[in-house]
Amino acid sequence: MKVIIDSEAFDPWKSLNDYQKNMPQLNGLYGATAVFVGTMRDFNEGDNVSEMFLEHYPGMTERHLEKICQQTADEYQLLESLVIHRVGIIQTNDPIVLVAVWTTHRKQAFEACREIMEDLKSKAPFWKKEQLNNGQNRWVEKNTKGY
Amino acid sequence: MSIEVKFFASMRDLIGEDCEIQVDIIEQQSIKNVDDIWNFCANGKKRPNNVLIAVNMDYVDGKAHIKDGDEVAFFPPVTGG
Repeated sequence: MKVIIDSEAFDPWKSLNDYQKNMPQLNGLYGATAVFVGTMRDFNEGDNVSEMFLEHYPGMTERHLEKICQQTADEYQLLESLVIHRVGIIQTNDPIVLVAVWTTHRKQAFEACREIMEDLKSKAPFWKKEQLNNGQNRWVEKNTKGY
Repeated sequence: MSIEVKFFASMRDLIGEDCEIQVDIIEQQSIKNVDDIWNFCANGKKRPNNVLIAVNMDYVDGKAHIKDGDEVAFFPPVTGG
């Protein structure tokens, strides 16, 4: 189980591959891997967005994500999980978040990945500030519905 | 020792800088819970209904008691992912 808050751009597929390669204890045991990658769009709420700043609460963010990963691991018998989340200045098409879980069967993988992601969206202390093409900036006040 | 109070995102824009409340002030002004902390730091500004609160990095409500050495944070609904 690993949680990373990253202020640099990252490649989620390379991170996923590197992490899995270094998990020899998964060999022969995992039958399913579920992955979610969230990426920055160039539009929101009807406006064009040029750039975004992502703030977090150092310490609490990591702690909250570790807690939900542990709870989910217990509930769904996860073999492994990896969460990476960007902070700082983010450009269009940059990956913002990676959630990956490894399980024995697909049901737990799909459900656990979804549960971690929805908890992250609703409880992990991150905040987005958008820079609009018209020069204005604004805090994002709510998430779109996940279900 | 003291109480450290942090504001994030739009709450920092509303209130200004983080603040630290010394224990003697806490005792003089009978600051006992998170609501009192807001009232002390916010200079009369109303707390938005949707503000989230954490004490020592755990979510709490406004009635949560505080003690010497606690870290209290106020922030808007989260929007990560």
